[in-house]
Amino acid sequence: MSIQKAQNNKAWFMVLPVLILVAISAIIPLMTVVNYSVQDTFGNNEFFWVGTEWFQEILSSERFHNALLRTLLFSGLILAIEIPLGILIALAMPKRGWGASVCLVLMALPLLIPWNVVGTIWQVFGRVDIGLLGHGLASLGIDYNYTQNNLDAWLTLILMDVWHWTSLVVLLCYSGLVSIPEVYYQAARIDGATRWAVFRFIQLPKIKRVLLIAVLLRFMDSFMIYTEPFVVTGGGPGNITTFLSIDLVQMAVGQFDLGPAAAMSLIYFLIILLVCWVFYTVMTSYDNDEPTSGGGPQ
Amino acid sequence: MASIRLQSLAHRYPSAPDYALHSMQQSWSDGGAYALLGPSGCGKTTLLNIISGLLRPSEGRVLFDDIDVTDRTTEQRNIAQVFQFPVVYDTMTVADNLAFPLRNRGIAKNEIEKRVADVLQMLDLQERANDRARSLTADDKQKISLGRGLVRTDVQAILFDEPLTVIDPHLKWQLRTELKKIHQRFQHTMIYVTHDQTEALTFADEVIVMYEGAVVQVGTPQQLFETPEHTFVGKFIGSPGMNVLPCEIDGIDAVFVGTKFSVNITGDNPAARFELGIRPEHIKLSSSEGMPLTVTALEDVGRHVIVRGEIAGVALCALVKDGVAIPENPCVSFDSTRINLYADGYRVGSGRGDDTI
Repeated sequence: MSIQKAQNNKAWFMVLPVLILVAISAIIPLMTVVNYSVQDTFGNNEFFWVGTEWFQEILSSERFHNALLRTLLFSGLILAIEIPLGILIALAMPKRGWGASVCLVLMALPLLIPWNVVGTIWQVFGRVDIGLLGHGLASLGIDYNYTQNNLDAWLTLILMDVWHWTSLVVLLCYSGLVSIPEVYYQAARIDGATRWAVFRFIQLPKIKRVLLIAVLLRFMDSFMIYTEPFVVTGGGPGNITTFLSIDLVQMAVGQFDLGPAAAMSLIYFLIILLVCWVFYTVMTSYDNDEPTSGGGPQ
Repeated sequence: MASIRLQSLAHRYPSAPDYALHSMQQSWSDGGAYALLGPSGCGKTTLLNIISGLLRPSEGRVLFDDIDVTDRTTEQRNIAQVFQFPVVYDTMTVADNLAFPLRNRGIAKNEIEKRVADVLQMLDLQERANDRARSLTADDKQKISLGRGLVRTDVQAILFDEPLTVIDPHLKWQLRTELKKIHQRFQHTMIYVTHDQTEALTFADEVIVMYEGAVVQVGTPQQLFETPEHTFVGKFIGSPGMNVLPCEIDGIDAVFVGTKFSVNITGDNPAARFELGIRPEHIKLSSSEGMPLTVTALEDVGRHVIVRGEIAGVALCALVKDGVAIPENPCVSFDSTRINLYADGYRVGSGRGDDTI
C-alpha cells in the first residue's frame, strides 16, 4: 500500500510542469484580462473599480454590434461554402493508388502557408494594377477593386479563406471516408441504393464525427480571423471588413482602451464558447434522438 | 429465382501470383439449397462475390437461367447477399432498414409494409421495428442484415457469406432452422458459405467442398461422409475426421502395416502416393482381433469415447460407444466395406469387403 502511495505522489510531480505551463500561458493572462475588464486606469499603475460598466458599454455599443454581425456573417458564409465543398472534394478524391498521395499533398499545401503570407499573396493577387486576378478581371472589362468596393472586398476575403482552409475540411472528411469498410458499399449495391442514398445513409453518418470537428474548427478559426483581412483590406473599405478581432486590436492597441478591450475580449470568448456548444449539441443530439421518419427514396 | 451455371470459371486477383479460384464447372439448379464448405481462405467468399457480381471473374462465364450475366452489375443481377459481419444503416430504424432495398426498387408502399411486417415477424424483431438500428446488439444487427436479404421475394438467388459467425450459439440454431423453413416456403435458390460442417450439412441439399481455390467434391451430406473424393474432404467432414493412413499396393490389395485389405482400384496410378481412408466410426476395438493399438489418449465426449492411438507410429483414432468397455491392450480391425483408397489425395477405389481378418 505504501509503495502505491509513493507512486501516486510522484505522478503529481510529473504533471506539475504542465500545470505551470498552463498557468503561465493561459490562466494568468486570462485573469489579467479579467482584472482589466472590471477596472479603469489613468496611468501610473493606478486602478479604480468600475464593476460591470465596461461590459455594459460594449454590449450596448453599435460599433460592437456591427462588428459582431459582420463576423457572424463571415463565419456563416465560410461554413456554408467550405463544408459542402470540402465534402464534395473528399468524395471525388481517389481512395488508393498514386492519385491518392498526389491529391493529399496538393490538398495539404495551402495549409502549410503562414497566415500573413496568405494575406500578402491575395493582397497582390487582387491588385488591379499588377495582380493576376485583379488585372485579369479588369482586362475582361469587369469592374473589380477590393480597396474601394464593399462587395469586392468581401468576395476577395471569402475566396481567400476558401482557398486557404477548404483543404482542412477535405482532409478530415477524407480520413472519415477511407475508414468506411468496403462491405458497406457492397451491401448498398446489393440493396440497389442510389449514389445519393449511399451518401445519405452510409457516408454521411460515418463521417459525422470528423465533420463536427471540421465545423467547430472552421467556425472558431473564421470567427477569430485577423491576419489575412488585416493584411488584405485592413478592415476597409471604411469599416466594412472590420471583424471583431480587428476591432478589438484597434481598441486595445490603437486607442489603448484597456478596460473596454478586456471586457470585449471576454464577451468575444464567451460568444465563441456558446456557439461551439450550440454546434456540438445540435450535431450530437441526433445520436440519441428519436428516429427519423424517412428511410430512403420513396 | 434462377439456376446458376459457372462455365470454366477461374479468378486471379490482379498482382497475385496464383489463382484464388481454379477453373471450375458447376451447375446449380433453380430452388436448390447449396452450401459452400471449406476452411478460411479457400476461395468461398471470392466465388460468392463473383456470383453476386461484386467481383468480375478474370476467366469464364456466370449464367443465370442460361443467360450470361458475367458483365452485368450486381444491381442488374437482382441478387440478395448477406455478409459475415452485420451491415446496417445506422441512422435508419429497423423497419426502414428492411424497407430500404424495396424502396430503392420502387415497390408500392402497402406492399413494402406487408413484406417488412412479414420479415419482422420471421426474425422476431417486431418490438424493435421503430428503434434506431445503431442501438441494437450484434445479434440483432445481423438479423437485420439477414432480413434485408429475405425481404425481396423476386431475387434470382440469396447468397449467405458465413452469416451466423457473430451470432450466439443458441440463436444460431434457431436462425438456421428459420432459414431452412424460409427456403421450403419460398423455394429461393440459396447458396450458403460456411466453414462449419454442421451448418453446411444441416442447411444444404448439396454441399460443395472447396479446398485451396478448387472444388474437391460436390455431394449430399451422406456422400461426403461415406465416399469422400479427396482426403481433405474425409478429414474436414466428420468429428473427428477420417483416418488417412499411408499404404502400399500389392496386386489387388492395399497393405497397411502388414495387413492386407482387398480393394477395387479404378484407373492406372503408377508412382502415386497411396493412402487408405477409414472413418473412426468404422473401426472396431477388441482384445485380440486385428492390429495391436498403442493408446495415447481417451476423450470422453458424452455419447462416445474417442480413442487416440498409434499403430507402428501412424496416428489413428476410433470411436467407441459410451458404456462399451475398452480392452486393456486393444487391437483394431477395420470395417473393410467402408474403406476408401486414395492416390495422391484423390479417391481411386474402395474396399471390397471380402477380407478375412
